Amino acid sequence: MTARLVHIAHNTFREAVRDRVLYNLIAFALLLSGAAILVGQISIDIQRLVVVNLGLTAVSLFGVVIAIFIGIGLVSKEIEKRTLYTVLSRPVRRWEFIVGKFFGLAGTLVVNTFFMAIGVFAALFYVAHKFSAPDASILVALYFIVLEFLIICSLALLFSSFSTPLLSAVFAFSLFVIGSFADDLRGFAALSHGFTRWVATAAAYLVPNFSALNVISAVAHQQPLAGQLVVQNTLYALFYSAMALSGAVLIFERRNLK
Amino acid sequence: MAAIEIIGLEKTYMVGFWHKRPKRALHPLHLTIEDGEIFGFLGPNGAGKTTTLKMLMGLVFPTAGTARILGRDWTDPEVKAQIGFLPEQPYFYDHLTAHELLDYYGQLSGVPAKQRKPRVEEVLSRVGLADIKGLQLRKFSKGMLQRVGIAQAILHDPKLVFLDEPMSGLDPLGRREVRDLIEQLKHDGKTVFFSTHILSDAEALCDRVAIIHKGELRGVGAVEELTANVQGKVEVVWQGTAIPASMKALGAECHVTGDTVRAVVAEKQQDAAIDALRRERIRLIAITPLRTSLEAYFVEKLQHSQSAAATTAGVRV
Repeated sequence: MTARLVHIAHNTFREAVRDRVLYNLIAFALLLSGAAILVGQISIDIQRLVVVNLGLTAVSLFGVVIAIFIGIGLVSKEIEKRTLYTVLSRPVRRWEFIVGKFFGLAGTLVVNTFFMAIGVFAALFYVAHKFSAPDASILVALYFIVLEFLIICSLALLFSSFSTPLLSAVFAFSLFVIGSFADDLRGFAALSHGFTRWVATAAAYLVPNFSALNVISAVAHQQPLAGQLVVQNTLYALFYSAMALSGAVLIFERRNLK
Repeated sequence: MAAIEIIGLEKTYMVGFWHKRPKRALHPLHLTIEDGEIFGFLGPNGAGKTTTLKMLMGLVFPTAGTARILGRDWTDPEVKAQIGFLPEQPYFYDHLTAHELLDYYGQLSGVPAKQRKPRVEEVLSRVGLADIKGLQLRKFSKGMLQRVGIAQAILHDPKLVFLDEPMSGLDPLGRREVRDLIEQLKHDGKTVFFSTHILSDAEALCDRVAIIHKGELRGVGAVEELTANVQGKVEVVWQGTAIPASMKALGAECHVTGDTVRAVVAEKQQDAAIDALRRERIRLIAITPLRTSLEAYFVEKLQHSQSAAATTAGVRV
């Protein structure tokens, strides 16, 4: 069982690499090195703040775009191209296929994030000429970004298991945008009354809370991060991803592959 | 032991967007395929062959019915380690080479790591792709993909092989090779269940065949049994414009074209027709099978079902 999951994940990763998904790193490197040079010339004393903000935001956005655009095709493309037939006619359970795909995409994003993180630290070193202790918190922000990717991957897979790639992209991207404002939605729910309060509260807790995972601004301003937040966010992301993935499995288990 | 027992398998799809209505793709199907036989599943396009195969593979869920494969419940995942499947017009991960693809499928089928490489080489050689190395599948022709499809179906040395239209996309030489391969599988003690609408392939290969049309089984049995009461036809062509009286007596339909005559006679009268021409010292040019006896049976079954449907429709009106 574990071996089959690993093989499916490895094939998903290999497909992403051969489809030149990691080429985005070139665009990222160009963006960051250009920004670092520019920031070094025009900003005084806030170079670090600008580079960390820009770098981590770019890591997050590049990863989200990749997670959505690969994730939405992971199942639907296999059905459309009928590659799934020769996989599921082997001793592979449908849930193994979905979970294997998830880990393959998550692995692609972790590798992608690793290289982008090197870029962020290189740009930081270029403008600040040294690393300081608070820079370690950038690693925490990167970890939260990876958690964010896990949730988006699972959501993209969930939508991909029953919908078309286009609609899946719309759903996943909409949830990403709404989830980025989850704290505001919760604030709105607390201020509203009656039916609106009920609906807003339900929506606020159903959508993924990406605002809790976004500590880019705090890290850029060198504000301390509570250890408890790391535990909470880890548990939250794992729980949310597991739920979305379970939904994808439940739907896919019942799907006729016509 | 039966290799496959299909017990009342049926499939109804709901079609339409606003007003869903049922559309029956497969009427309750009962079929038994014995161990070690080559079984042909015949029918025109859209007859329900692929739906049946997809249900047996667990890709499509039946509305009702069940099946047993190799003596076990068909939903048992371990059964799949002992079966191979070639889908119709197969398409594979085009970022992989044939070796990588087969290695991946070998992993999924549980072929031990040490055996995978030699096994991949062996099956690629068996389907005539031994020289293809390092070429990604996106650059393969349709016929080459079909060969890869057959290779992946037999990679893990399955006991039972399902082939959906295995000759599709192959040139005459390729078809010959696939026929040889299927015969070799039988020789190795495997059971082969293949669907096709090319009747000559079925007639040449199958121990038994089933004919399906519009989701309903129309006949099943050994080719000789099914065709005992039907006759195929052959076309006899000879030089000149003369039509011997003995040829007419055979009931031949004769047409003169230029300085040749074409006559269509029943398959069993082929020898009598040749003798008639010899007696008159007429030069025979060609004898071509027009319709094999299986084709004749097949057409008869299809026409019968169509006329039955028309009668039913008439009664309803």
